[in-house]
Amino acid sequence: MQSILETRALSKRYSSTLALNNVDLSLPKGKIIGLLGPNGSGKTTLLKIVAGLLTPTTGTVLVDNQPVGEGTKSLISYLPERTYLPDWMTVEDCLDYFADFYKDFDMARAREMLSRLNVPAGKRMKQLSKGTREKMQLVLVMSRRAKLYLLDEPIGGVDPATRDYILDTIIGNYDNEATILISTHLIADVEKVLDEFLFLKEGVITMHDTTDNVRETQGKSLDELFREVFRC
Amino acid sequence: MAWQFNSNRPIYQQIVDEIELRILNGTYEMGMRLPSVRDLAVLAAVNPNTMQRALAELEEMGLVSTQRNTGRTVTTDETAVSRARDIKADLLAETFMMQMQALGLSRKEVLERLAKGEHKEGDHAVNS
Repeated sequence: MQSILETRALSKRYSSTLALNNVDLSLPKGKIIGLLGPNGSGKTTLLKIVAGLLTPTTGTVLVDNQPVGEGTKSLISYLPERTYLPDWMTVEDCLDYFADFYKDFDMARAREMLSRLNVPAGKRMKQLSKGTREKMQLVLVMSRRAKLYLLDEPIGGVDPATRDYILDTIIGNYDNEATILISTHLIADVEKVLDEFLFLKEGVITMHDTTDNVRETQGKSLDELFREVFRC
Repeated sequence: MAWQFNSNRPIYQQIVDEIELRILNGTYEMGMRLPSVRDLAVLAAVNPNTMQRALAELEEMGLVSTQRNTGRTVTTDETAVSRARDIKADLLAETFMMQMQALGLSRKEVLERLAKGEHKEGDHAVNS
């Protein structure tokens, strides 16, 4: 199977800390993949490198067989850990902003998803609650027709109902050509939607398998396996 | 409401069981058109690939069929449905019998108990 993302001997060092240590990865097209690990295991660093926001210390990264750079930015839709929509922008401004920036932005789809959220188009970002802002950001990111979605903790810090909305949005918008890489430590909430998962521990990929396989061969859920592997 | 899954079996197998049950008990009527893979995935709150895999399995079992234009429908083949029901019922009966025998009851005692249970159930119906 053709891969959408490949890394070879990828490492990232921040002064004395080795955030990623010799990561070799190959992710297939058309899958929803969980990037799972405790806090500080290197999840955000890996996503930022793939998104082209950080440069690796050593190693290579290929997205759809191209080195990360100008060309790969249009293939990737990235949801950062924190929202970056400016306070003064209205919902409508945000939509226009994304439509201007990204050729693959599907305005009709974004509007349809927002209508489910009941957010008036004239509202400014600063008038929205934290959860609504996060949903808004996710709607924008998922409305692009990208080949690779990188979602950094999309369900962290929101209530369970919002979590369901977010997972619905991800499932409902997923087309089977695209791959979605979701980082999270809330395994129980996402495992039903994952085809595959990666365990990241202190910058090293310790496991890469399918979710079904874990249940089939070990008779346990991903959440249970995670608790065993990462027991403190 | 998302479907409930337990943690020790692959999710696609649990979806197969759930949809099979709905077909066998008539919730999904024969010949009925099933929702799209994506809609079913959203309903069950699972990955669309997982739903796809479950539906492929149901097709193999002969309970679901795919038409070129109309999508997936529940089979209209009554023998396929009654065969699936027999298999399922046999399996449940066998599991039940094994559990009762593990309790130390003989096959005969189990059958007597079942007959007595039916009688009791009848009494309840009268009382309530």
